[in-house]
Amino acid sequence: MYIYDQFDRQIINERVAQFRDQTQRYLAGEITDEQFLPLRLQNGLYIQRLAPMLRICIPYGTLNANQLRKLADITRKYDKGYAHFSTRQNIQLNWPKLEEVPDILADLATVEMHANQTSGNCIRNFTADQFSGVAQDEVEDARPWCEILRQWSTFHPEFAFLPRKFKIAICGSKRDRAAVAFHDIGLEIIKDSAGETAFKVFVGGGLGRTPVIGSMIHDCLPKQHVISYLDAILRVYNQLGRRDNKYKARIKILVKAMGAEAFKQKVEEEWQAIKDGPMTLTQDAVDHAFSFFQPPAYEAQDAAAAQSTLDDQRLSEARFAAWLSHNTVAHKQPGYAAVNVSLKETGVAPGDITAEQMEAVAALSEEFGFGEIRSTHEQNLVLPDVRKIDLFALWQKLDALRLASPVIGTLNDIICCPGGDYCALANAKSIPVAEAIQRRFDDLDYLYDLGEIELNISGCMNACGHHHIGHIGILGVDKKGQEFYQISLGGSQSNDAAIGKILGPSFAQDEVPEVISKLLETYVNNRTEEERFLDTYRRIGIEPFKERVYA
Amino acid sequence: MPERIIKDGAIVEDNWQVVRELEGDLPSGNIIVPAQRWLDEKDALQARGNVAVWLASDQSPKILGDAINDFALIAVDFPAFADGRGFSYGRELREQHGFSGDLRAIGNFMRDQLAYLSRCGFNSFALQNSDLEAALQSLQNFSVHYQVSIDNPQPLFRARQG
Repeated sequence: MYIYDQFDRQIINERVAQFRDQTQRYLAGEITDEQFLPLRLQNGLYIQRLAPMLRICIPYGTLNANQLRKLADITRKYDKGYAHFSTRQNIQLNWPKLEEVPDILADLATVEMHANQTSGNCIRNFTADQFSGVAQDEVEDARPWCEILRQWSTFHPEFAFLPRKFKIAICGSKRDRAAVAFHDIGLEIIKDSAGETAFKVFVGGGLGRTPVIGSMIHDCLPKQHVISYLDAILRVYNQLGRRDNKYKARIKILVKAMGAEAFKQKVEEEWQAIKDGPMTLTQDAVDHAFSFFQPPAYEAQDAAAAQSTLDDQRLSEARFAAWLSHNTVAHKQPGYAAVNVSLKETGVAPGDITAEQMEAVAALSEEFGFGEIRSTHEQNLVLPDVRKIDLFALWQKLDALRLASPVIGTLNDIICCPGGDYCALANAKSIPVAEAIQRRFDDLDYLYDLGEIELNISGCMNACGHHHIGHIGILGVDKKGQEFYQISLGGSQSNDAAIGKILGPSFAQDEVPEVISKLLETYVNNRTEEERFLDTYRRIGIEPFKERVYA
Repeated sequence: MPERIIKDGAIVEDNWQVVRELEGDLPSGNIIVPAQRWLDEKDALQARGNVAVWLASDQSPKILGDAINDFALIAVDFPAFADGRGFSYGRELREQHGFSGDLRAIGNFMRDQLAYLSRCGFNSFALQNSDLEAALQSLQNFSVHYQVSIDNPQPLFRARQG
């Protein structure tokens, strides 16, 4: 993991002091609400429906045990003893007091954490594959690149007042687990013909009101130019992005209006002016970043023995067997696995975690790993380096903590925004819809028979719950003051990126589980043996689903 | 009437007067006219002398062409503090056009933007409705910077290796 040096510490401490001063001036009436808005947003502070909300940054989803303990501590000291993992790998406090936020930021700074640029019209937290560094299909670890670019984007003086927010994701594996096609900029790490690291650059993807799949504007950007190239993209966007209508202000609208080719030309022009200047990365700087992400001290394992122990445990305990096949992931290192810590227990809002659970997970990360934890955009946690021989013991402990719901990758691993229960923007509640679906489909055998299905729920068209890219998407809409839900099918966040198609007229909240049930029935009746829900949908189209639901 | 502004890190009296109108009579003394007006009345304004220009937020410095370095002062207008186009214009003027004169922020920017503006090459600030003495502190918010900027020609990743 990256460790701060004196420069990083200086910068973060100065930031806390700056925001403390700004908050005091705001409370003293020296700054207007309108002026304070971008200042507080760029420090993670929203004003929500019931209380302020503070979004704390987890850079590219990487945490250590001490940081997670500190978060637990903060939720007790300043909040109600729980927090919520968001779909951008960050963590949110739902009940902080505005005047205490500078103290929270100061506490965070003691463990090298912050809430910088987690909101506002600036460059947001970089997101990455939660299995970076351990994935079997990895081309190169995305985390050092995220760190290099985190530093580039932190307090970038030119890009703090962009037309709109700006989200960047980096994927370093063959299978895209970072949804690079759905970000303002998506970077895919590749190797060029000489074996050197390079990037495919996608621009103008995004969800929200106008979902768009990003366009590739560079197919092989040499690594040393990544900063100057991103600077050029942002400069074009900062100057030409629309500022007259916030719904048309994202870079995707500019790229669409100009055409990807013309946008690319404009970026090239800007880039030529700055390309070989001081922004050019040195090999020393790259090596320095990579030095923080070296593999931990793995022990040589007797992989065959570990496997046979696992097989015995699997046979003797069916619940463990289910967890093992759904919640663990293959690892680069023989004898090790990565483990999903499920935050999808039925009856708990997806992504929510209590202070006690945070402390317990911190302890488990030390007992069963190297003190590292990842957060995922599916709103779960990951323990990245668990010895296979320890999996059974870990499962028992997670199970006792209610963190072992064996539903990763299934219908019930629902991605869900906080919705109308918390968010001032929402048209409708989303948490109760998630719970109703989880309760309706609580038969694990049926869930497993359905196989891989991604079901995503957003409480409004801002799409924090990524409904457009769920195999099944649910969107809360307002219909004459009533909360209704529109269903879409066929979205995908992966390499085969797609935006879901709307099924038809929307439904009342209590109708949703039945509708989902009919959709699943249609899939089961039409599927071939090898097909996932998404594959069947793609083969037979939306009509059979429509007919069944609206019959 | 001289006006108090922040320039080069201090509060000074300043005689440059901003003209907003695109036509009509011009006051005497040092004036900062709309870039569009300068383009329209170039010959007359050059003959008059003591003229600077201000760029609107949708006017790239490129519209001034080769004349950029003839000006002692170029101002960039911020119609609203959330309109960040001017930050890019500042850097472009300094880095790409080598402008070395007075680069001034005018309009509705706010005190809490001074540090970023300064890093983008602005050295003078006609800051409205603000306690200028207190505002000077905002210029000092950060002493270390990650990125290349006008006051920081080496990004931190190079300085670390040095």
